[in-house]
Amino acid sequence: MKFKTALLATALTSVAFAASASEVTVMSWGGSYTKSQVEAYHKPFTAETGIKVNSVDSDNPATPIKAQVEAGNVSIDVADVEFSDAIRLCDEGLLEEIDTSMLPAAPDGTPAAEDFIDGALQDCAVANIVWSTVFAYNTANVSMAPVTIGDFFDTAKIPGKRGLRKSAKATLEMALMADGVPAAEVYGILETDAGVDRAFAMLDTIKSDIVWWEAGAQPPQLLADGEVVMSTAYNGRIFNAAVAEGQPLEVVWDGQILDFDLFVIPKGAPNKEEALKFITFSTDTKRLADQASWISYGPARKSSGALVGKYSDGKTDMAPHMPTASANLGNALVNNFEFWVDKDAELNERFNAWLAN
Amino acid sequence: MALPKYADPLERAWHYIYLVICALIFLFLIAPILVVMPLSFNAEPYFTFTEKMLKLDPDGYSTRWYDLLLTFGMQEPDAVRDSSWWADAWNNAHWIQATKNSVIIGFFSTILATTLGTIAALGLSRSEMPARRAIMAILISPMIVPIIITATGLFFFYSWIGIQNWGIPYLGVVLAHATLGIPFVIITVTATLVGFDHSLTRAAANMGANPTRTFFKVQMPLILPGVISGALFAFVTSFDEVVVVLFVGGLDEQTIPRQMWNGIREQISPAILSVATILVIISIALLTTVELLRRRSEKLRGVTPR
Amino acid sequence: MTDSTANGEMLTTADGRPLKAALAKAEAHAKRRAFLLVLPLLAFILITFVAPIGQMLFKSVNNEGFTVHEDLGTGVRTPIMTNIAAWFDENPLGTDPGEDAYEALAKDLVVLRELKAPGQAGTRINYELSGSRSMFTKAARKAKKLKPPYKEAILDLDEDWGSPKLWQVMRGASSSFTSNFYLAAADRQRDENAKVVMVNENRQVYVKLFMRTLNLSLLITFLTFVLAYPIAHLLATLPLRHSNLLMILVLLPFWTSLLVRTTSWMVLLQSQGVVNDALVASGILGDENRLQMMYNRTGTVIAMTHILLPFMVLPLYSVMRPINPSYVRAARSLGATSWTAFRRIYFPQTVPGIGAGALLVFILSVGYYITPALVGGADGQLISNLIAFHMQKSLNWSLAAALAALLLGGILILYWLYDRLVGIDNLKLG
Repeated sequence: MKFKTALLATALTSVAFAASASEVTVMSWGGSYTKSQVEAYHKPFTAETGIKVNSVDSDNPATPIKAQVEAGNVSIDVADVEFSDAIRLCDEGLLEEIDTSMLPAAPDGTPAAEDFIDGALQDCAVANIVWSTVFAYNTANVSMAPVTIGDFFDTAKIPGKRGLRKSAKATLEMALMADGVPAAEVYGILETDAGVDRAFAMLDTIKSDIVWWEAGAQPPQLLADGEVVMSTAYNGRIFNAAVAEGQPLEVVWDGQILDFDLFVIPKGAPNKEEALKFITFSTDTKRLADQASWISYGPARKSSGALVGKYSDGKTDMAPHMPTASANLGNALVNNFEFWVDKDAELNERFNAWLAN
Repeated sequence: MALPKYADPLERAWHYIYLVICALIFLFLIAPILVVMPLSFNAEPYFTFTEKMLKLDPDGYSTRWYDLLLTFGMQEPDAVRDSSWWADAWNNAHWIQATKNSVIIGFFSTILATTLGTIAALGLSRSEMPARRAIMAILISPMIVPIIITATGLFFFYSWIGIQNWGIPYLGVVLAHATLGIPFVIITVTATLVGFDHSLTRAAANMGANPTRTFFKVQMPLILPGVISGALFAFVTSFDEVVVVLFVGGLDEQTIPRQMWNGIREQISPAILSVATILVIISIALLTTVELLRRRSEKLRGVTPR
Repeated sequence: MTDSTANGEMLTTADGRPLKAALAKAEAHAKRRAFLLVLPLLAFILITFVAPIGQMLFKSVNNEGFTVHEDLGTGVRTPIMTNIAAWFDENPLGTDPGEDAYEALAKDLVVLRELKAPGQAGTRINYELSGSRSMFTKAARKAKKLKPPYKEAILDLDEDWGSPKLWQVMRGASSSFTSNFYLAAADRQRDENAKVVMVNENRQVYVKLFMRTLNLSLLITFLTFVLAYPIAHLLATLPLRHSNLLMILVLLPFWTSLLVRTTSWMVLLQSQGVVNDALVASGILGDENRLQMMYNRTGTVIAMTHILLPFMVLPLYSVMRPINPSYVRAARSLGATSWTAFRRIYFPQTVPGIGAGALLVFILSVGYYITPALVGGADGQLISNLIAFHMQKSLNWSLAAALAALLLGGILILYWLYDRLVGIDNLKLG
């Protein structure tokens, strides 16, 4: 029995010890994206402030936030979420408000409010990157290279399995664009019931050929393993698999859907002070630019843009791989966050019913 | 099974077909477990046998995935492998952290399950036990109720009582795993108590031993093999459990199965297979222990194996 | 037995108490002692297992989404939608909502806006009337600017506010207690007259999933039986020394981590995996026609059959082992063919084992979660996966609880049946 108590005591003290040092828990999307944040934000942050950063992965950090806050059991301090989720969670009172005036100005003195891209600063959220949902293919496995989003939905032209994210967001838009809807009209059509039916009808045409993914790290893996010939993906993941790991993956920018990722603080976060420090530190001009040297996501500050150079291997130019590069914007859609704030729950419900049928 | 002498040719043929079918079924049972072992030594990041592997070319094999298990999550994985490198691995490598957590949780939940389970089994195996059947049904139910329902219930319950604020690490998961392990302890211990000769305890009492002394000197040695098997079952249950950990485990309570779950869903590299291989070896060891214990128990109780 | 001896004197113990009373006391004492031994564990299970499940089941009939707002920072609980609830109390079902109703609604929307609760209330209504969540969030944003006449003003925002169905759903949700989540779990809903009807066809999911779970579980049970019977028979008829060795092949999978076995199947079944590679290399399949055995039902069935097979082998084995081979021999010597001897003599004796194994495998497979989640793709998911989905993703906890309650109910019936037919004491673990 003595042995048991001794063990318990050791376990207890070791944890008490850990709790006394200041720390902050950051939840992000895992894989190469989290790695880029660890390199660009977490390590320098710990070096400068002594605050330990615990990095936690999730398929989509917005979901655990809501579950945690509603159950009254919050363990995350900072989460990295999509635009519409940031607004929706804030509307529902699930997030702490962030005073964006505390954010540092750009090196040339431009105040943060002007330095950030339009929409990047919200009541409860500070954007750090611009990313996009694209589709990609494995050059070794396709019979011919796809060029347009229509090719993704054309199994007669390019046979084989497709990987798609298991959610309504981005999937429905892509289905409509593949059906010939111009990017500018997508949300207008999706607003109507007939438009939603049309998107699902388009998805029906490839339903039996879809392999669904949930974590951002899955698509490059599915493509590399040959489980699918094409897959939608977060553009940075494909870039890293192609450049850092040398996989023969190619991005198709046609029909890409641009979005922000923003830092938020869940209501009742255990280390709110540290969380604010972390966000302030990570979204300054230099850090955002640094981050872009680890993965091909655009920084949310204008002043960071000029500092973005080469990938961390020192060879690859980042600019052409950014979703915001003008060559990639030919047929691009900007995610309409207002649409998804209102419709996310409804359309996902329909989506899941469709999926199960 | 010998073929009787009077068997006709058709029966003989059928008999051999039958043996082949059985062999195939055994292959179906065991092959999936063994196939991961060679594949975990694949030099390439694929899940299939490369040509080099099939030719038994040493170049086709490597221990890189085992090495990755060690270095994954380290601060300076590429530094010289001196004592500070090992300290780094011990403190930061994800799989090592997961192993520590799994062992701590498994240890405490096993102690709890075995203690409570053994005492209860002693009561349950007494003929005087009231409402035996109903109580037994309740105690075994954690094994029958789908794990997702248990996990869901615990998620709300723990949030409601605020268990994470009690300051006892792992408490929620340990309690849950103990609950899940208890049916196994009850089953194995009551099984050893079946046919337990109660005149032995009466004899002990007759000779002046108090109940505690009787338990430790007479009953305990006889049921010990069952208790240990039950404890091993409870430990394995905890060691393999992922759903409850996913639902109620704190973010820092990464266990081996949880780490595997993430790994399988995200980037299923052969590193997962090397973990799998290690786990298979552990289960072989545990199985051997349990088998030896079972035989010892049968010998002790004088039960001849059927 | 009588209490007294022939001369009418009561039998007493040494200290002079009547023997019957002393015995009863001793028995009661023994009973109490036995029960006290079990008590700590029983209490433990009741607290850590039964209570949590009970609490969850409560959620299936109780949802405060439309009645109470809880501030997540401070924990302060504020009743919401009070005006409209009062209107519903005064006006029975079927009353056309007039200006007074819309005025109550407008007041409640202002409160929602202040509390940041339109999403919460809208979500609750949206569970039963898809498309209504955005009506609440939009209307609440403009709630303060609404001027009388309110009916016109609100219908101006969105004419769907006039839908009788919406009003019926709000009426139902204005009380925290509801049976509607059970209806939803059975693909049913209440129409504008509160009559129970089926939901729209493209939203019928749950009945289908329950049926799928049932079908796949039956299929898996059958497959495990087909595979387990021959090897259990072999194990039971071999001399112990050999059968103990072969038994290890059955027990090893049993002791191996579930995740390990699932991973192995993923490795085997992938389209670039070992099985497909072997088939292509042997020329049976073309490289383009690789079989899709994973991320679909096939994967779920194969992996689960493998994982549950030991649970079938062990009970069969324990029934077959004691069967005396001389019965079959006697039948043969009386002229039965080997098939007849098996069918009429051997097989009937193994039926209890089949029952035990089949029930156990079936009970375990209807609740399976991990394996379908990893290898099942979209159409290999079982009801447990849907419960997890509503728990973790859609966060419709009441519906998750209702689905869980239905599943649990079914399993408890089977469990009761198992206890009746087999007896829990006969559960064996190797």
